[in-house]
Amino acid sequence: MTTDEGSPPRVVVRLNGVRKEYGGDARALDGVSLEIRAGEAVAVMGPSGCGKSTLLNMVAGLDRPTSGTIEVRDQDLGKLNETGLALYRRHHIGMIFQFFNLIDDLSALDNVVLAAQLTGSSAKQARRRALELLDELGIADRKNMYPAALSGGERQRVAVARALMNRPALLLADEPTGALDSRSGEQVMDLLIDLNQIGQTLLIVTHDPHLATRCASRLIEFADGRIARESSLERTA
Amino acid sequence: MFVALRDIRFARGRFALMGAVVTLITMLVAFLYGLTGGLAADASSAVARLPAASIVFGSPQGTALEVSFSNSSIGPAQLTAWQSAPGIGTVAPLGIAMSRLTSQDTAASVSVLGTGAALLPPLVSGRAPAEGQVAVGAKTARADRITVGSRVTVGAQTLTVSGITADRSYGHAASVWTTEPTWQRVSGATAPSALAVQPGSADTAALDRARNTRTVSRGGALAGIDGYSAEQSSLRMIQGFLFVVSALVVGAFFTVWTVQRGTDIAVLKAVGASSGYLVRDALAQALVLLLGGTLTGAAVGVAGGALLSGGGLPFALSGATVAVPVLAMVALGLAGAGLAVRRITSVDPLTALGASR
Ligand SMILES: Nc1ncnc2c1ncn2[C@@H]1O[C@H](COP(=O)(O)OP(=O)(O)OP(=O)(O)O)[C@@H](O)[C@H]1O
Ligand SMILES: [Mg+2]
Repeated sequence: MTTDEGSPPRVVVRLNGVRKEYGGDARALDGVSLEIRAGEAVAVMGPSGCGKSTLLNMVAGLDRPTSGTIEVRDQDLGKLNETGLALYRRHHIGMIFQFFNLIDDLSALDNVVLAAQLTGSSAKQARRRALELLDELGIADRKNMYPAALSGGERQRVAVARALMNRPALLLADEPTGALDSRSGEQVMDLLIDLNQIGQTLLIVTHDPHLATRCASRLIEFADGRIARESSLERTA
Repeated sequence: MFVALRDIRFARGRFALMGAVVTLITMLVAFLYGLTGGLAADASSAVARLPAASIVFGSPQGTALEVSFSNSSIGPAQLTAWQSAPGIGTVAPLGIAMSRLTSQDTAASVSVLGTGAALLPPLVSGRAPAEGQVAVGAKTARADRITVGSRVTVGAQTLTVSGITADRSYGHAASVWTTEPTWQRVSGATAPSALAVQPGSADTAALDRARNTRTVSRGGALAGIDGYSAEQSSLRMIQGFLFVVSALVVGAFFTVWTVQRGTDIAVLKAVGASSGYLVRDALAQALVLLLGGTLTGAAVGVAGGALLSGGGLPFALSGATVAVPVLAMVALGLAGAGLAVRRITSVDPLTALGASR
């Protein structure tokens, strides 16, 4: 991503005084400012209800802040309408969810191809890339199976393949191992580490300190909608 | 269409069921269309296929005037006035009455039309009737073993068959044709029922005002056939109901379907599908369902109708006429589906997140 030796990698995500209120005095986010640079793997941790998912949704363009700005790749998300946000998600964001959120009516392969289909890329190219991804993730032999027939770990790998399909600038993950047994969880972690090592920028929300320390290069700890602590991590794996 | 077609494949049971419903409704509509067309021809073809642009109804000066063959009559003064109107094309007196035709040992209800040779349907054999003669339709001739030269009784008059014509009917009875004076003897009427007119450049409105007549188009004159309008409008009402029912059924199906796949829609939006894309996809899905269902139904309807009309039922349905109900079913079904899938636009992609599924 960077061209000049020595100059810091470009900023991918920039939050400036982001607040989110859900009516009443409940404040999910209370003035959050942060930057994420290309190639970083940032983990967000904190007690339940402190606003982690809210933050992720804002960055994904699924929700809008009450005040403050969010810029992703120098684009102010506040200036986009619904269709603009859909387009933004399609081209710049990959998302993995705790409960996979695959489309039950589509086979594993079609779930992955779908992402490219939305961008209007050729069916043949999309299929080739989807097969490559499934192969890299070790589930090529599951390509014609429907989500209901896949194990949790397999589903999450299909979801990762879908998220990577359009080569997103930013991969968002909300509790990606939350619904997996420890072995599948470790596999997903390995996957995230590999992705980050080839330059993929990550923003991971998790309750699992092990996931954070294994995968992330920086830890942001939240409390009551604010950033309580930030620290660099020496990866343990 | 990416998701649409795969949805159909995945939920083929549900879509097959819904397609079958559309097929059955289309079949019913096609049958009704054929029956409506068949009954219309049976009730009106003698008038509907007259080679005349307009029909003139009349009643004596100072009496009420209506578009009705049985209540209309054209007096001598009215006839003369029309025939001598400046710019008029042709004016032919036309008598229509119901009667009975007896030949050897068979008898049948017939409609008797009295008019000039110019208005006679095409002859299959023989010649146009002169005074005291009659021309009968081919079907009647076959059924009653009538040939040119046979003697038949129409009403109380015995007439000689001069020719066999193409089949026409009026008031659900096969038509026989004779001259206007002979028609008066058969029917007991003293004046023709109406005039069949090519108006040319004549001022028909002025004639109508001055002579207590009413000029209507040939198509408009069908309303003057007893029971025709009531019969047709009740059949059309049933058709209309079926169209509405099919739109509602398709709408209801897609409403339930859209609600059912609400989480999928949210996920699709979360990964970047726009509402427009999803609505187009859903409408394409509805179109596939509707085209599949209606085309199957129409094909079965046309085939079944061909069998029925072979069995003597008044039924008239062609590929061209069946296109109308098919297009109507598709258009109304799409409208129903369109209303149903509108809710796609209001699905919040946020609901996809954290949802356990
Ligand atoms: N749609 C909403 N309406 C009202 N309040 C909401 C809504 N979404 C979130 N909140 C509130 O905002 C706060 C932050 O929620 P958020 O989901 O971001 O927490 P979280 O840190 O992800 O928690 P967890 O670790 O349990 O997932 C919570 O108090 C929650 O109740
Ligand atoms: Mg959360």
